[in-house]
Amino acid sequence: MTQRSRAFIAGAYEHPLRTIPDKTVPQIHAEVAIGALADAGLTMADVDAYYSAGDAPGFGALSMIDYLGLDVSHVDDTETGGSSYLVHVRHAAEAIAAGNIDVALITLAGNPRSGGAGPGGSARFSSAPEASFENFFGMGVIGGYAMAAQRHMHEFGTTGADLAEIKVAASTHAQHNPNALLQDVVTVEQVLESRMISDPLHLLDACVITDGGGALVVVSEAVANDLERHTIPVLGTGEAIKGTNAGRVDLTHTAAVVSGPAAFAEAGVTPADIDYASIYDSFTITVLVTLEDLGFCEKGKGGEFVRDGALQAPFGKLPFNTDGGGLCNNHPANRGGMTKVIEAVRQLRGEAHPAVQVPDCKLALAHGTGGSMATRVGSSTLILGREV
Amino acid sequence: MSDTTTTAASQLPTGEPNISHDNRRYWEATAEGRIELPRCTACDLVIWYPRSICPDCQSMDLSWETMSGNGTVYSYTITRAGVGRKWREHLPLVVAYVQLDEGPIVLTNIVDTDPSIIEIGMAVTAVFHDTGHPISDEDGAPNSAILRFTSVS
Repeated sequence: MTQRSRAFIAGAYEHPLRTIPDKTVPQIHAEVAIGALADAGLTMADVDAYYSAGDAPGFGALSMIDYLGLDVSHVDDTETGGSSYLVHVRHAAEAIAAGNIDVALITLAGNPRSGGAGPGGSARFSSAPEASFENFFGMGVIGGYAMAAQRHMHEFGTTGADLAEIKVAASTHAQHNPNALLQDVVTVEQVLESRMISDPLHLLDACVITDGGGALVVVSEAVANDLERHTIPVLGTGEAIKGTNAGRVDLTHTAAVVSGPAAFAEAGVTPADIDYASIYDSFTITVLVTLEDLGFCEKGKGGEFVRDGALQAPFGKLPFNTDGGGLCNNHPANRGGMTKVIEAVRQLRGEAHPAVQVPDCKLALAHGTGGSMATRVGSSTLILGREV
Repeated sequence: MSDTTTTAASQLPTGEPNISHDNRRYWEATAEGRIELPRCTACDLVIWYPRSICPDCQSMDLSWETMSGNGTVYSYTITRAGVGRKWREHLPLVVAYVQLDEGPIVLTNIVDTDPSIIEIGMAVTAVFHDTGHPISDEDGAPNSAILRFTSVS
């Protein structure tokens, strides 16, 4: 690949609240946009590219650009569900490499905890070509991931206790996050004794439902060099889509098998080099399958991999989701990708909570899994570095 | 399969399908208690869900053929929460992926079957639940049906 201009994450902001009953979704978009730009040391006037996904109301980016008063020459409304914001970072990096933009703003906001609508209009979903073949069976989001877990257990002998280890690690981290929705440390037994919501998944295998949001600012090297803030280089990126494949459904892999190797190859690193990983955690099974797909262990060995505190910071073999992740901290607008990138940035800046800060964290991975593992999944992987 | 069409409908909700040029033949067949799916005349793939293009070779030259209605459970879950309002009074319910003998894996429910005996690999056969919605506006048009499965034993 020819040398191209590099992209840096200069601003990252997570809304501190988890319940926001008194604000509109556009208002929350505005708050996180201002927060991320302030973190970078930039203003709305500096933004020349805007990215949003299905959580942005109305006409998406068109509505939000007008609401925020942005003046941009580049717009991207790519929607891959909860992984959208990692895809946006990738697309921003590409636009920066092409020399088209200097400052990209990416925002996410929603209020499902306070009863706000889910992302995407219902009319849009009900007109999908697959709708009449999937909507009449009572398969909620949980049901789809439960079938993925059931199949993984059948093929590889994975157990409920294996999945519980993932929640335990997340809860161990969340106790240090004063903004986390769930701050109590839980045990494997407590996970297994929690209410069965869709066999074989228990209540504590599922992520939280929260209001809130987050934003990122991605900038060119020229802009990064002028900022005082510690900017984080985007070293490698990947995105891929996996669907139902004409009926050859496969519940034990995601598109991370494509997005992961692409990101590692571009960055010139391997899974063994990663100091910290933010792994999308809509459910515990999402993490387990993703660890396998990204090559942190062999397919089917995820259960073995996560045992004995492997995911626990700071000294586990792969510290993950040190903010408490979607399982304990935050899953704003039912979309966990934004917060995955934000915590990876904190780790690389050395700004994670001291109890979970990975010592000398130089290389981090953030991964998003959007849509549903049971049907159509959008996977995106970022490899981020540390330069001061 | 003629036996299975007489199975008493369980109480699970149905809905009105979006009948279109992509899938009209499928829904017409459900009204007769059969599964018809498109097969690509170029590469021979049996295509689920029904549509107008072969997603393997992009041929739009498809023919329709009747499936046996028999299959095996690929995966399943006993759902107890996290479903839309119209489903809540029917919990727990069994959501499954069933692999048809002809190959495609279809999303469905397992009905009229003790959930405790369901396992991956179990043989199942098709049942059709009347949606209450006719397949066309023509007078006397029969109702479409939702494809579900039940244990063969």
